[in-house]
Amino acid sequence: MDSVANIILYFVVAICIAVFSVMAVTSRRILRAATYLLFVLISTAVIYFQLGYQFLGAVQIAVYAGGIMVLFVFAILLTRKPGDMAAPLESHRRALGITISVAGCVLLLLALFYMPLLHGASLMEAINAGNQITMHDIGRAFTGTDRFQYLLPFEAISVLLLACIIGGVVVARKR
Amino acid sequence: MDITLPILILALPFTMFLILGIGGVKMSRKLAGVLGICANGALLVMAYTVAFTYFFSGNPEFIVDGIRQQVQLYDVTWLAFTERLVVNIGFLLDPISAMMLIVITTISFMVHLYSWGYMEHEPGFQRYYAFLSLFTFSMLGLVVATNIFQMYIFWELVGVSSYLLIGFFYKLPSAVSASKKAFIVTRFADLFMLIGILVLSYYVAETPADGPLGGASAFNFLMLNSNPTNVLASTVGSTFLGGSVLTWAMILIFVGGMGKSAMMPLHIWLPDAMEGPTPVSALIHAATMVVAGVYLVARFFPLYLIVPDSLVFITVVGAITAFYAAVVACCQIDIKRILAFSTISQIAFMMVSLGVARPELHDGLGYMASMFHLFTHAMFKALLFLGAGALIHAVHSNNYTEMGGMRKYMPITHWTFLIGCLAIAGIFPFSGFWSKDEMLSAMYANNWIWGAWMTMVAGLTAFYMFRMYFRVFWWEENPHYKEHRPHDAPWQMSLPLIILATISVFAGFIPFGEFVTWNRAPYHIHIEMQVAITSIVVALIAIAFAGWLYLKKNDKPARMKAAFPGLWQAANRRFYWDEMYMFVTHKIIFNGICRAIAWFDRHIIDGTMNGLAAMTQFFSVKIKGMQNGSVQTYVLWYFFGALLLAAITWICLL
Amino acid sequence: MDLSMLWYLVPSVIMFAAGVYGFVTRKNMIALLISLELMLNSADLNFVVFNRYLFPDMMEGMVFTLFAIAIAAAETAVAIAIIVNIYRAVGNTDINSVKKMKY
Repeated sequence: MDSVANIILYFVVAICIAVFSVMAVTSRRILRAATYLLFVLISTAVIYFQLGYQFLGAVQIAVYAGGIMVLFVFAILLTRKPGDMAAPLESHRRALGITISVAGCVLLLLALFYMPLLHGASLMEAINAGNQITMHDIGRAFTGTDRFQYLLPFEAISVLLLACIIGGVVVARKR
Repeated sequence: MDITLPILILALPFTMFLILGIGGVKMSRKLAGVLGICANGALLVMAYTVAFTYFFSGNPEFIVDGIRQQVQLYDVTWLAFTERLVVNIGFLLDPISAMMLIVITTISFMVHLYSWGYMEHEPGFQRYYAFLSLFTFSMLGLVVATNIFQMYIFWELVGVSSYLLIGFFYKLPSAVSASKKAFIVTRFADLFMLIGILVLSYYVAETPADGPLGGASAFNFLMLNSNPTNVLASTVGSTFLGGSVLTWAMILIFVGGMGKSAMMPLHIWLPDAMEGPTPVSALIHAATMVVAGVYLVARFFPLYLIVPDSLVFITVVGAITAFYAAVVACCQIDIKRILAFSTISQIAFMMVSLGVARPELHDGLGYMASMFHLFTHAMFKALLFLGAGALIHAVHSNNYTEMGGMRKYMPITHWTFLIGCLAIAGIFPFSGFWSKDEMLSAMYANNWIWGAWMTMVAGLTAFYMFRMYFRVFWWEENPHYKEHRPHDAPWQMSLPLIILATISVFAGFIPFGEFVTWNRAPYHIHIEMQVAITSIVVALIAIAFAGWLYLKKNDKPARMKAAFPGLWQAANRRFYWDEMYMFVTHKIIFNGICRAIAWFDRHIIDGTMNGLAAMTQFFSVKIKGMQNGSVQTYVLWYFFGALLLAAITWICLL
Repeated sequence: MDLSMLWYLVPSVIMFAAGVYGFVTRKNMIALLISLELMLNSADLNFVVFNRYLFPDMMEGMVFTLFAIAIAAAETAVAIAIIVNIYRAVGNTDINSVKKMKY
């Protein structure tokens, strides 16, 4: 039995995610869409906190909600004048999109409800079953070379980020 | 014997072919020529060393109790198809291959040297030397072959290099068609040879493997020749169309030799092959390659002895060809064509001599005589060709009508040419006399008809050779000489003439029977006075007749021509053999068969392929709209597919 | 009432479906990118939830999510650089104006 606070928090966050993600893709004003995306990302971060992954939630907010959103906003401001609105969707396109996404949604939800595995433990049990993940553990996982340690991908990511910085500069630079 | 020299004898010309063929374009003419001549000189020395060691060393490896041995210096497996069918490459040393080593390298060296002067201003000089090296390599590989397969491989290589050299002036349409003709005709003959080999192989493969060399190498000449009856025991009793299978196989193999040696009716390529450079004609189409057929029969001689019927066939073909070619040679104008027909006639002489050879008649004299004549003929015919080349070089025409009275202008050529003519006519003491005399004795020993017939051919030979000699060097001076004075060739061309003339004078005194006989035991040559005197008298009469007709300018030849216009015309057109071939190939084969095949190829086979291509294109045009460059559509389809897969999986799991 | 795994997966599914809808229907390339981020985020959420409920002792799901976030950042940076460049060349950010690669 989970605490009422957790349940209420869950519902608030779940409704936020559902509503804002739908609004993010339907809004005709691109800047608003980006803002809705920001809300979705923050809600996700809240779920991470609730699940007990504080570090991950912090990264989500810092990198996603912070860094990437700033990029989005800059890009939007560079390519749009304020007050621009996207043209309304063609109806057959919209019908196609709704059909395919609803079909996917229904299929996945059906699958979820039919899978017995997913109806098991409560949140409290799950959190209590595992150890508390400390920063120490995370740091060790990223700097070791043993099993379940990720030095190589970590370094690869750093190289990737460097490459994408250079790539971004080269591609977007004025000639 | 150490195998270094034998390996080098094959490796050196091949290396030279690669060096001159690949690097030739970067070399100057002088470098390429010097390189080719030096390599050939080295080859000459090596081949002489090997051959003389074989003949004179007295080493028990080579000679036991006066019997010369057949030695395989090396024999390595090259291709092993099955346990039984193994192709070896090796080096067989026996009297005929050692003799051929001497002939090939001598003539090849002379021709290399001569070409330096003759081809000096031709484009593609380096290519020419590369091809000469290739030819030398293939011919050497042919004569030292240890087994039928090696012989066949090099046999074809010789054909290829002959093709390349005949077509050397590839800008001349006549040279191109001559090279194609030579290749196709000889290749056609080789088809029969291959069939013969396959028939033989079918039976040899069934022989038990417990022979001295094992069943695997039953194609080895050593094994075939040492006890042919054992090897071919399984052929006994199999017959086909009234002849034993072995007879048919040996005749089919001989047909391959007919193609290479230009026997009737496959002789048509040799006169046309004269389109090639003259030194090439001397090397390939007079001295070495065209005697490959004779060499083939000599190599298989023990097998032919088992089936005397095939030897009779060889004799008949040779006799007809010899007479035919001699008659045609009397009526040609082009001096190289005269020499070409004379070559055909002389090779036919050797064939007849092989055909009449039997162990019980004069200890198989015909075999020895044929090889002896092969040797002497190679020398004097190469001399005649090179002399003709010098004449052509000086006059820039192949026809004797442009010549006449040349003896004053080209003394060296004149004297050497005269020696060649005397040798081929069989006048004592020139080399041709000795070998021809032995051949005629062998023929008389078999049957007086062959002897008389071939004596007549020998008379014709003397006539047409001296007809050419008198017409070119006496007759009347061509008025053009005043403006364009012909002169003797440079030393590179004169030196080979002098050397070959010397050999032609003295080669007859070689006691050839001590070296080469059918059973490799020595045979003491003795002159049969009756035969010798007859042939010399016939030859002298023929020479006198030729002199009477052609010594001074007169109208006797023209009157003779007018008296028999049909005969002269027919002989001049080579009795219409080419026309007959043209009729058969163009009218019957091309029209009747090839048209239908071409139609089938163009409409059915090509049509199927084109149809497939058109169908693919049609469908690709239809479906290319799906690839419209819109990422969204791609994602839509992708997601749709993913959903479908998920649904299918789920349904299957339920 | 228990908050089982299912509860967390439902919003993830909705987020993903919204992303698909947006990707298929929108014309603006930045909006496409936003939809893409939604889908990616839903996948991240799944990783974390599975990690928490099924393998509470380990942290592989979390590490994967961390890497995914890093890669998403890189990808977004490059994509936005390309979009800005296209905007300079074409004058708008309409996905239909970039169809040179068809056929």
